[in-house]
Amino acid sequence: MLSKKQAKMFFLGGTAVFFLIFIGMTVDTLVNGVPKYTHASQIDDQVRLGRHLWDSNNCMGCHTIMGEGAYYAPELTKVYERRGPEYIKTTFNFPGGWRPNGRNMVEYNFTEQEKEALVAFLKWVGESDLNGFPPKPSVQLDK
Amino acid sequence: MKFKSQKVAYYFFALSMLLFSLQIVYGFIMAFAHMGFDGLHEWIPFNAATATHKNLLVVWILSGFMGAGYFIIPDESDTELWSVPLALLQFYSFAIVGVIAVVGFHVGWFEGRKFLEIPRPLDYLVALNVILFLVILLMTMFKGKKRTTTAWVLTSGLVFAALLYLPGMIWFDNHTVDSFFRWWVVHLWVEGVWELIMGGILAYLLIKLTGVDREVIEKWLYVIVGLTFLSGILGTGHHYYFIGVPKYWLIVGGIFSSLEPLAFLGMTLFAIQMYRKGNKKHPNKLAIYWTLSTAVVSFLGAGLLGLAHTLPGVNLYTHGTLVTAMHGHLAFWGAYASLVLAIISYSMPLMTGRKIFDNTIGHMAFWFANIGMIGMTMAFAAAGVAQVYMERIMGLEFMKAQLEIEPHFFVLIIAATVFSIGVTLFIINFLKFGSPVDEAIGQGEEFSALQTS
Repeated sequence: MLSKKQAKMFFLGGTAVFFLIFIGMTVDTLVNGVPKYTHASQIDDQVRLGRHLWDSNNCMGCHTIMGEGAYYAPELTKVYERRGPEYIKTTFNFPGGWRPNGRNMVEYNFTEQEKEALVAFLKWVGESDLNGFPPKPSVQLDK
Repeated sequence: MKFKSQKVAYYFFALSMLLFSLQIVYGFIMAFAHMGFDGLHEWIPFNAATATHKNLLVVWILSGFMGAGYFIIPDESDTELWSVPLALLQFYSFAIVGVIAVVGFHVGWFEGRKFLEIPRPLDYLVALNVILFLVILLMTMFKGKKRTTTAWVLTSGLVFAALLYLPGMIWFDNHTVDSFFRWWVVHLWVEGVWELIMGGILAYLLIKLTGVDREVIEKWLYVIVGLTFLSGILGTGHHYYFIGVPKYWLIVGGIFSSLEPLAFLGMTLFAIQMYRKGNKKHPNKLAIYWTLSTAVVSFLGAGLLGLAHTLPGVNLYTHGTLVTAMHGHLAFWGAYASLVLAIISYSMPLMTGRKIFDNTIGHMAFWFANIGMIGMTMAFAAAGVAQVYMERIMGLEFMKAQLEIEPHFFVLIIAATVFSIGVTLFIINFLKFGSPVDEAIGQGEEFSALQTS
């Protein structure tokens, strides 16, 4: 029967081994994977500003991006491709808040440059290789 | 209660109860908004409500863990807490930071990273606060006469939880890298080191409530936390499938996150087996109910419902839908919320001397809350699955699909009402205990006699 000491060794040994593997994979991902998959060279000041605005206004509190966030408002990973820049820019400062189908967006007060930056950020997200996410629907009822 | 200083735990438990009730209020605001009733939008827009709902959860659970730490560590180390004034200072600063964060969300002061929404300056205060907490616990352990495995597992869980908060505080230019390290905090907390804390608290409760030999319980504790890390560390990969990283995460994340339920299954079998082996004489039935339910429901919510959508082929469709909310609610409820309610149910009679062990309100609280939460989970499941089919498979626009699933939110609100009645009854019981008293010191030790198997 397993002794307490063996159980302890299983815990400490297993944790150490899998943690080291995890660190190894993390390093490979950051060095070789992410720059290629996300076109990291295309991250310029505009994208950076867009990302900052995305975070500081908690857009993830309603929307998802790369499937992450809240489930109150549309997934925005491919919004640039789906709607185009002009549509996206219209939503931000819409008087009374953008309210397409009964769900209310906050009315923002972005400058033209900030709107452009958010569009640039969303374009960058849309161009990243996300291993097939979001999936293409098998049927296209809305097309 | 053995030591006077254990009373500090009461403050943290009371704060937990307060924040838990507020969390539920924000849950209702969000559920109504999903049904189209968003009259509060101007003052509490959805993104403020969701940040508040999620962060209140994190803070009340952490507050419960801290209370558990202050109650358990002196008992396990057989000594008074190292410093009560510092523990109180830590309590008040913790509460103040929490209040600033919540108020901040309502005026648009947040960082917008799911679960880590509190802004950077407050992060530093949280870090300082947690360091103070850990110093107090570790000093207590070092001056103590005993150093038990249970105490070590609990404390190392708390130490690593603090360390893992740090990667979430680094700024990365690349959103993908930011997301990558955000999961170091969130995943390696809830599916890693928080399970150490859970294992530690569960082991303590089982030792006290079943009377089974400590050596046996602590041996299995090692096996369970071993399984947790064996599966949980590489299981982080299930958050990396679709965020812009190499495909090997699909394979590694798929395999290891499929193994994650094993740790929770271990927790369930462990608790049930120890209970069956035990002498079943402990009078605190409510604490036993909550202890067993946290072990069982965590397996259902975190283990099984997690497994239901963790394989990459399934997750491609369910990622970023209400299916995640289904899993999230029952997982947090089973593994962490019920655990905090278990340690509160166990410790309050010992701190206050009032033997509310087996009353009707307590039992009703247990059943209403659990049945309500299972109903909520089913409502989320129905909504989530319908959303996946309509939006991801049939190509319906997001909002068209959302309008179709609104009735499920009505069911959600009904179930959430049942849940809230349960929680309200639990809080009524909590208030009936009153505050801790010095006369309770030494009381409850008569139950120790029951603890030899």
